[in-house]
Amino acid sequence: MAISFDEVEVGTELPAQSFPVTRATLVQYAGASGDFNPIHWNEKFALEVGLPDVIAHGMFTMAEAIRVVTDWVGDPAAVVEYGVRFTKPVPVPNDGVGAVIEVSGKVAALLDDRRVRVDLLATSGGQKVLGMSRAVVQLG
Amino acid sequence: MPLDPSFIGRTYPPTAPYEVGREKIREFAVAVGDANPAYTDPEAAKAFGHPDVIAPPTFPFVITYAAAAQVVTDPELGLDYSRVVHGDQKFVYTRPVRAGDRLTVTVTIDSIKSLAGNDVLSVRGEVNDESGEHVVTSVMTLVARAADEAGE
Repeated sequence: MAISFDEVEVGTELPAQSFPVTRATLVQYAGASGDFNPIHWNEKFALEVGLPDVIAHGMFTMAEAIRVVTDWVGDPAAVVEYGVRFTKPVPVPNDGVGAVIEVSGKVAALLDDRRVRVDLLATSGGQKVLGMSRAVVQLG
Repeated sequence: MPLDPSFIGRTYPPTAPYEVGREKIREFAVAVGDANPAYTDPEAAKAFGHPDVIAPPTFPFVITYAAAAQVVTDPELGLDYSRVVHGDQKFVYTRPVRAGDRLTVTVTIDSIKSLAGNDVLSVRGEVNDESGEHVVTSVMTLVARAADEAGE
């Protein structure tokens, strides 16, 4: 179900998604990624360095946000460029519920070679958590 | 004390090869909750035209983050890692990382700036496969906050 370049225009919206994140998610991501910075799992440490709570890895949020694109196109290799700015942390309380990262995306520009630029919007708790979140995507 | 600008352009030796395994990719995909079959099912990956399972787009950071430790822990540069935050991140792909790859990373400091007392470093990692072909470039911005500033 590849997306054709001919099907999209500037403003085409990608299906939005919500990604829950709990303390357990962060421990699992720390292990898989090798990023064991204690701000992502040790509340005492996080508070000592001035954070409001344990925060999600920025790279975890980046990994979730691009799923809006890869689930849309099917083949993840269609992503030829992807960049974000980490603007706000995602605090993850130890309440069994955690946080939710909401991601939406839309086609912002049509490029050469049947590529498009997709701009992503990622928020958590009403705060924008990524800035300049953009992917260049190869369409069919 | 600001970082020494003579480090701009410094390239570190290529890292030892990192061998990408199917199960490591699976572990990463599960950790980010991503059920795309291209990450876990070789047949599904082949249907997309890949020789084996591929890794999610942000997976290369696992390798480039480890490689960037050369910069972060370089005693001559003298970065205070306890004050460093990840400002932004970009990947430019020639092809996806896939199982069986043996990848090396060559790290270069592209820029060092001082902004409002913070040191801002742009660190580029060029990821190549065993035959020397380019796979992905990772560019990370590291911000070392000024010592007298409280964390946020």
